[in-house]
Amino acid sequence: MTTSLTATPAAVDGPRGRKPRRRFTPATIMLYGVLIVAAVYYLLPLYVMVVTSLKGMPEIRMGNIFAPPVDITFQPWVTAWDSACTGLTCEGIKVGFWNSVKITVPGVLVSIAMASVSGYALANWRFRGSEFFFTCLLFGAFIPYQVLLYPLVILLRELGIFSTLTGVVVVHTIFGMPILTLLFRNYFASLPLEIFKAARVDGAGFWQIFLQVYLPMSIPIFVVGVILQVTGIWNDFLLGVVFAGNQNYPMTVQLNNVVNAVQGVKEYNVNMAATLLTAMVPLIVYFVSGRLFVRGIAAGAVKG
Amino acid sequence: MALPTRRIPFLRNLNAKIAAIPMVLVASVVFVGGTLWTVVHSFTDSRLLPSTNFIGVEQYERLFDTPRWQVSVTNLAIYGSTSLVFSFTIGFLLAALLDQKIRFENTFRTIFLYPFALSFIVTGLVWQWILDPALGLPNVVRDLGFEGFDLALLGNPDTVLFALVVAGLWQGTGFVMVLMLAGLRGIDDEIWKAARVDGIPAWKTYLFVVIPMMRGVFITTLVIVASGIVKLYDLVVAMTQGGPGFASEVPAKYVFDFMFQRANLGQGLAASTVMLLTVLIILVPWALLMFRERKG
Amino acid sequence: MTSSVSVRDLNLSFGPLTILDELSLEIDDGEFLVLLGPSGCGKSTLLNCIAGLLDITDGQIFIKGRNVTWEEPKDRGIGMVFQSYALYPQMTVEGNLSFGLRNTRMPREEIRQRVARAAEILQIEPLLKRKPAALSGGQRQRVAIGRALVRDADVFLFDEPLSNLDAKLRSELRVELKRLHRTLKNTMIYVTHDQIEALTLADRIAVMKDGIIQQLADPRTLYNRPANRFVAGFVGSPAMNFLDGTLVEADGLPAFRTRDTVIPLDGYAQAERLEPGRPVVLGLRPEHIRLGPEAGNAPHRFEAQFELDEPMGADNLVWLRLDGHPLSVRTETVDGLAVGDRVPIAVNLPMASLFDAESHRRL
Repeated sequence: MTTSLTATPAAVDGPRGRKPRRRFTPATIMLYGVLIVAAVYYLLPLYVMVVTSLKGMPEIRMGNIFAPPVDITFQPWVTAWDSACTGLTCEGIKVGFWNSVKITVPGVLVSIAMASVSGYALANWRFRGSEFFFTCLLFGAFIPYQVLLYPLVILLRELGIFSTLTGVVVVHTIFGMPILTLLFRNYFASLPLEIFKAARVDGAGFWQIFLQVYLPMSIPIFVVGVILQVTGIWNDFLLGVVFAGNQNYPMTVQLNNVVNAVQGVKEYNVNMAATLLTAMVPLIVYFVSGRLFVRGIAAGAVKG
Repeated sequence: MALPTRRIPFLRNLNAKIAAIPMVLVASVVFVGGTLWTVVHSFTDSRLLPSTNFIGVEQYERLFDTPRWQVSVTNLAIYGSTSLVFSFTIGFLLAALLDQKIRFENTFRTIFLYPFALSFIVTGLVWQWILDPALGLPNVVRDLGFEGFDLALLGNPDTVLFALVVAGLWQGTGFVMVLMLAGLRGIDDEIWKAARVDGIPAWKTYLFVVIPMMRGVFITTLVIVASGIVKLYDLVVAMTQGGPGFASEVPAKYVFDFMFQRANLGQGLAASTVMLLTVLIILVPWALLMFRERKG
Repeated sequence: MTSSVSVRDLNLSFGPLTILDELSLEIDDGEFLVLLGPSGCGKSTLLNCIAGLLDITDGQIFIKGRNVTWEEPKDRGIGMVFQSYALYPQMTVEGNLSFGLRNTRMPREEIRQRVARAAEILQIEPLLKRKPAALSGGQRQRVAIGRALVRDADVFLFDEPLSNLDAKLRSELRVELKRLHRTLKNTMIYVTHDQIEALTLADRIAVMKDGIIQQLADPRTLYNRPANRFVAGFVGSPAMNFLDGTLVEADGLPAFRTRDTVIPLDGYAQAERLEPGRPVVLGLRPEHIRLGPEAGNAPHRFEAQFELDEPMGADNLVWLRLDGHPLSVRTETVDGLAVGDRVPIAVNLPMASLFDAESHRRL
């Protein structure tokens, strides 16, 4: 209890003011304890990747996997980037990096463009059967890729784009369509319909409303879509293996070939440097985008 | 005569229909058409190339007689149930902890979720290295004085699946946590106040009020996570390549190998049809439930 | 009369932000007190402090003579009804009523009796096995009240319980609530931003703004003798007219002058001396101004210009211009007035309000 000099008669009647609380109750210590232990568990692999990639091979063989590097060396990073062997060639992971860039950039642009227009059409310009096709599309989000791999191989071969960059971009556009269309449809449907009606009364048509009215007010959802697709396409492995062709293997495929190559001595430091290099792009996207990333993954779950 | 301004229905909003063509094509030709193609050809004797020589359910009989497929299905069941139980328990627990108006909530959430931004290949390779029997975690434990400690998770057919579970949980629990947290935040604050006025302890409020209210979130998360588990492939390729032996084979890898490496297309298609059926078994009750709730 | 709830020198601040400032309030046993104010005025915050859902910074709270300042909400002898009702959606009505009691390890038989008694009073016996989703708005309100009733609460707290409902249902539930208060005779504290709710339900109303009680009075006093300009403007619909001007002396009596019009303050019950020269605001309710023939041969008549009228069903709201000031008048008949017509008006001065232009206090 607090007693101040200016105590009024009322202050004698018992407790007054804020209830005194202990700063560290067992409950809060437990709470933060559990959270910190969990955080350590989640951060450990990242830490291991970094320290391993900065050690020389002798140090790795002698020491503890969790020990910080004694002699910091950046050679593993150079090797991983420039001269690590993928089984056939020894040109490092950089080939894969540039392939991934060549797949991701057009893949993201094309899939976002397609899906945003489709989502807009589904939200504002329903036509006979549009809901039916949308349901089919959503069903596509759940079909295991394995079911559609071979039909797509045939389709792309008929179109003459199997084992090409174009082919793999098309495949990414197809598989990104369900979730992105849902994302954009729900967003456009959440905009006040009055805006759409007002634009129509003003004489704007399909494309004008989309480009001049909706697009400028939908930048955040486009950013969410870009985040979703950049990480999704960059992290893909299966579609890259099947559809890109040997010369265009994306970074994940190259990385797997470097690390799991059968011949030669395992260079763990180079492997971890290559792994980190592959993880770099999604990690940067993740840490920079923050809440928008969360919004993107929640968009798929919270269907409206 | 109709009014001159009245256009034929088909041409109304023509631009919208043209713009929707890619969506319609993807939905009908690829998703529906492709699925039908696969299901139909799973009843043929296709080997290197697709054939139309129907042989009934022979591919399926052979599939379920193949030890490798049996192992794959069992593995997926074990991996799936274990990681569902753990990712839901841990994910909900972390979400509930983050919901206690704590400091640094953003930092903790960012840490728990970052693995989800990574490729399964990256996850697989990191954990492969951490669990390396000679130089990884087992070695550290031995150095700590536990002589003869042999935690060679990856080298042992009995434990290799749990290595996959550990890696999969590391990557996926944050996702479950985020969805659970969104669900918790969706609970009306007044419910918590009412429970406090009623004098109900927090854990009881979670158990008897909040979790029942989050049924929808739980079911949706379950469907998404479960249909993701059925597709499990990259992680296995990166971490164990299905080994040792066939100890960590999974259905998705079986399909891929038979389609593209063993030139036994019919088998691959039959196996992938079974995968599709599994997803449908998860999906259909959920879709019906959602449909009913929306109507009601 | 004994005091049921007593709030003394209550202070609530978050860091540098002060929400409630040195607030004191005595509520009588069995009283229906309404906390009224615009959003953000601190009325809900005050209610949450009384409930113990918010930690106060300074001051004391007594309920039934007991100091509950540091007590948990469940130990304060209160029941609370929320805006969303906050019924547990997955439990039946019976489950909702008994959940809190079961948690106190009360004997099963007593729980049953209490639930049965509450259900009888509230007439929800047929609903006991239903879930909240299957109830109407009015039934939900009764269940929410029942949850407070079974706890034998001395004081019922209502946090804007009607504001989620449509107008018709709201007026029905208002009547029901008043009836219920008459039956139960509990002390009730009721938060709302709706002045009609406040005027119809309350024994006394506390009008709040910026964390301070502006006036605490019965509905009639509040309406007829508002303590300051804020209360005058906030209570009453259509709103009071305000005319800016100064005090003057006319024929040896105090009068109010705005531009060229001089209104003698004849019959105004002044609270203090009205010194000439003081800038003031004259507040006139639309129903206290008579128009046209109704103005008859009142001692002081003025001329105003007709602008437009709004028919409101039972009567009309007529908008005039008096010496450039807009002025609304509530009247039953508007016959053949055209825009710009000059009409005579008369003011019921005993019902007027006069405020200081600076402090906004009633004079």
